[in-house]
Amino acid sequence: MQFPESWLRTLVNPQLSTDELAHRLTMAGLEVEAVEPAAPPFAGVVVAEVLAVEPHPDADRLRVCKVNVGEAEPLQIVCGAPNVAVGQKVPCARVGAKLPQMEIKQARVRGVESSGMLCGASEIGLEDKVDGLLVLPADAPVGMDIRSCLLLDDRLITLKLTPNRADCLSLVGLAREVAAVTGTKAYLPSQAPVMKDIFDTLDVTVQAKEACPRYLGRIIKGINARAETPAWMAMRLERSGIRCISAPVDITNYVLLEQGQPMHAFDLARLKGGIQVRWATNGEKLALLNEQTVELANDMLVVADGSGPVALAGIMGGIGTAVDEKTTDVLLEAAYFSPNAIAGRARRLGLSTDSSHRFERGVDFANTQMAMERATKLMLEICGGQPGELIEETGRLPKREAIRLRPQRVARVLGMDMPADTMKNYLQRLGLAVKEAGDAWQVTPPSYRFDLAIEEDLIEELARLHGYDQIEAHPPRAPATMLPQAETCFGHAKFRDCLIGREYQEVVTYSFVDPDWEAALSSGETPLLLQNPIASQMAAMRTTLWGGLLNALTHNLNRQQTRVRLFELGRAYLQQADGLYQPMRLAGLCYGPAFDEQWGVAARPVDFYDVKGDLEQLPGASLEFVRASHPALHPGQTAQLLLNGRAIGWLGTLHHKLAQKFDLPAAPILYELDLDALGTMALPRHRSVGRFPSMRRDLAFLVGHDVAASVLLATMREAAEPIVQELEIFDLYQGQGVPVGQKSLAFRIVMQDTERTLTEPEVEAAVAKIADAVISRHGAKLRA
Amino acid sequence: MRNPNEIVAEALSAIRGSQDLPALEQVRTRFLGKQGALTELLKSLGGLSPEERKSAGARVNEAKQAVEAALKMRRDVLQEAELERRLKEETIDVTLPGRGRGRGGLHPVTRTLERIQALFHSMGFEVAYGPEIETDFYNFTALNIPEDHPARAMHDTFYLQGGALLRTHTSPVQVHYMQENKPPFRIIAPGRVYRCDSDVTHTPMFHQVEGLWVDEQVSFADLKGVLADFMRRFFEQDDLKVRFRPSFFPFTEPSAEMDIGCVICGGEGCRVCSHTGWLEVLGCGMVHPNVFKHVNIDPELYLGFAFGLGVERLAMLRYGVDDLRLFFENDLRFLAQFK
Repeated sequence: MQFPESWLRTLVNPQLSTDELAHRLTMAGLEVEAVEPAAPPFAGVVVAEVLAVEPHPDADRLRVCKVNVGEAEPLQIVCGAPNVAVGQKVPCARVGAKLPQMEIKQARVRGVESSGMLCGASEIGLEDKVDGLLVLPADAPVGMDIRSCLLLDDRLITLKLTPNRADCLSLVGLAREVAAVTGTKAYLPSQAPVMKDIFDTLDVTVQAKEACPRYLGRIIKGINARAETPAWMAMRLERSGIRCISAPVDITNYVLLEQGQPMHAFDLARLKGGIQVRWATNGEKLALLNEQTVELANDMLVVADGSGPVALAGIMGGIGTAVDEKTTDVLLEAAYFSPNAIAGRARRLGLSTDSSHRFERGVDFANTQMAMERATKLMLEICGGQPGELIEETGRLPKREAIRLRPQRVARVLGMDMPADTMKNYLQRLGLAVKEAGDAWQVTPPSYRFDLAIEEDLIEELARLHGYDQIEAHPPRAPATMLPQAETCFGHAKFRDCLIGREYQEVVTYSFVDPDWEAALSSGETPLLLQNPIASQMAAMRTTLWGGLLNALTHNLNRQQTRVRLFELGRAYLQQADGLYQPMRLAGLCYGPAFDEQWGVAARPVDFYDVKGDLEQLPGASLEFVRASHPALHPGQTAQLLLNGRAIGWLGTLHHKLAQKFDLPAAPILYELDLDALGTMALPRHRSVGRFPSMRRDLAFLVGHDVAASVLLATMREAAEPIVQELEIFDLYQGQGVPVGQKSLAFRIVMQDTERTLTEPEVEAAVAKIADAVISRHGAKLRA
Repeated sequence: MRNPNEIVAEALSAIRGSQDLPALEQVRTRFLGKQGALTELLKSLGGLSPEERKSAGARVNEAKQAVEAALKMRRDVLQEAELERRLKEETIDVTLPGRGRGRGGLHPVTRTLERIQALFHSMGFEVAYGPEIETDFYNFTALNIPEDHPARAMHDTFYLQGGALLRTHTSPVQVHYMQENKPPFRIIAPGRVYRCDSDVTHTPMFHQVEGLWVDEQVSFADLKGVLADFMRRFFEQDDLKVRFRPSFFPFTEPSAEMDIGCVICGGEGCRVCSHTGWLEVLGCGMVHPNVFKHVNIDPELYLGFAFGLGVERLAMLRYGVDDLRLFFENDLRFLAQFK
């Protein structure tokens, strides 16, 4: 909400500078977002009266003017403005004046002396509304500094109000608040009821009584809708960010700003019959003031006449009954609509109006008539006309119930003691009625406070008036107990550390991705779609983290990176038959050379086994890698990851088809696993290391190319005697000496007994048993 | 018989002349080997008379010892030289870079989150997590934000087809946690949150940390103490100015915004603090009794405070990042700065 400081100061004027006032407002919870000057700095401009206008002897477009600036002798000024006329009051920049754009000097204009400049609005930093001079009101005092005349030293204050403080959405409300916060007296405008001049009235029926507990109307006949809005009113409206339209409309807007009561003026001649306030029927249509036609629903409140809806109650009037310059008779409306009858409707229709903003949050239901009288009075003063009597339909208005306030609870919640007198003073300054009754007071809020309903609300008011900064902070107090630390469970940090140590950079990518990419990358999941995505390529909730990683890869490849190693830790979102799953995943991507280019390591591209090695080092994980297929991965380079036999993820090279689709020069290696399955490890348990020497024997087998190493190892482990401590692959060879279609795998077998030194025969027997098992079960040949 | 001295002279000259260990070994063989000159001489002693043999033998032995001593000395010298040569040969350029892999790095948001968690952990806060796809109940209703409440308009919510929504704040974790645990407790809940908003200062996804302390005696004064302490430790500024001003959140009452003195300009006024000298860093307040009622905690028995802070905001202030969007572009040149 924006308003000029000068307006507020006419209602309440604490002895504080603008900055101090702004600070007090901010610290009271009415955050001041901006304080801006009404006009840029300039000096030396006064009000002048144009006494004479003569043509310039040497230039068609220039005029030679005589102006009175309040001195004995008039000034002669050459002026080029098309609208200059005798009798006008205009701003005159005198010789020596410093304007925002220039400095005024004594000059000769085409041979004629000119002692100053008559100014248009833009020349003194205001907005131009007409082409030419800024014409001042006729009563502007000649010779007065224009800054005082137009209140240009004013400041525009913008507040960022929280939704609970609807009562501060008006100058009257703000003045009340400033008075309470600063302990100053406020002088609020009051208006006695206007006496009727005519007997005209209109039938008003409120059908939706809950939604509209009060509806006031008044007919005013014979107004001049072309009347000019007075300068003071126009200034206040404009400095509050509201455009002037016509006097009748400006008056309703002015009352809205001043009193916080939204008003509406109907052109009486365009209303057909009486007024009803009722719920709309589904499908009813209404053309609004902003020329938008809306289709109504049956939970929207309308003001209707005999022909149908004429206004969307509390939101916007209809264009069919709007006041225009030909209007002579109006029906003024001031109503109280319940917040829950208005809330959300404007937003659903894509509207947000000053009126709906206030009704949704709560308008003072005790101020409706005051606002009506104020608007009537202004209308009569500005547009003339004869007022009719007040038309009133009042049902059951809200009641403010007393709230129990326990001083002890105040102390407990705030952590400080506040004397009873102080509390009472604060509450009364805020307009709350206090009935002290021992341990539990009864406190009744005023009609304009919709945000005070429970004890805590009052406690906040007390803290606010006292000043949050006056509540002394405690040093944190906590019982000196230790938090549990499970040694065998660990958090995400450990996985991150592991991967960072293996040269992965962590990334954070959006949880919503391109539905096309998602379809290509997922293993058959159907992603959840957003109803209102920010962009079509961010419309699907990811079912895999790969989309984001590939996106980040592309971003970096486009920026001259050649080697990219990324991981992300975050959720995937899975829609499954039995519900929604949001598992925490760990995913990674490797692309480019295995190592950064360097002198000591031969360059080679990163491969499946490099990345598998990374995964084997993840803490606590004893993963099993089995050959499998995944639609997004290379059919010959894909492993499914098993943990204790349960599938928890994938590792593989991106399918060439997809690498092409994503415009990647080469296919990256990707992995992803469910983190919730990991995160635990066994507690170490000591067993003695043997004192007796160990024996090593190597075995090399020739087997078919497609025999999985893990299968051979499994056979060997099954055949291994208890003395076998270690059984590992140490060499893979294909090439000369090995028949095509076969490979040679060499195994290291380490044997040891904890009780004695092994004998040659038992070692040989153990090795032979292993060799025989491999030979007989897999058709392997022992290599010499 | 040859004069042993002559042989010794010849041997010494040969020893001096040998330039490496194999050459020296040849010299040894030539004089002391099985057919070496001195060995031959020793063998020839057999033909002499006992007297002559005694004196001649003595002379030959002397000669042999002299040659052996010379051999040993020369061998030591040559061995020393050999070692010297080898060491020299093995000398490397220790200034060449080390071999192998480098290190990766944490994302700055994670780095900041870990810092926040560590600080609160040191004060006894445990970490809790909650779902990111939420129901209307947890994201709004249970937090005292009924349907059509104007506060909902402030949360530009992403809705999923089917009616679920992406949480707009981490506050729903409060509700989950309080449903499942009995007070007292102290938790923080870090995580992703979503708002349907994207411009220079907004990204549709960002991170928050929610905090909650519930106990029989927890006051607004405690809230101020804990949060002021946190900000001072986070920015490592013992004299960091902080202030609390009234605000509005449906799920806390009283509610407050916390500001800190601008850490960029030191309060002088700059672009980052909009020349106010203050930075808005978090929202907080005492848990609203209606929130307690939704999770069956008696607000007469227990009090609590809650707060929510924006992680990217703190990261930007801490590390001088001037554009929020950088966090989600994942440019390696940006990310590598936070290793």
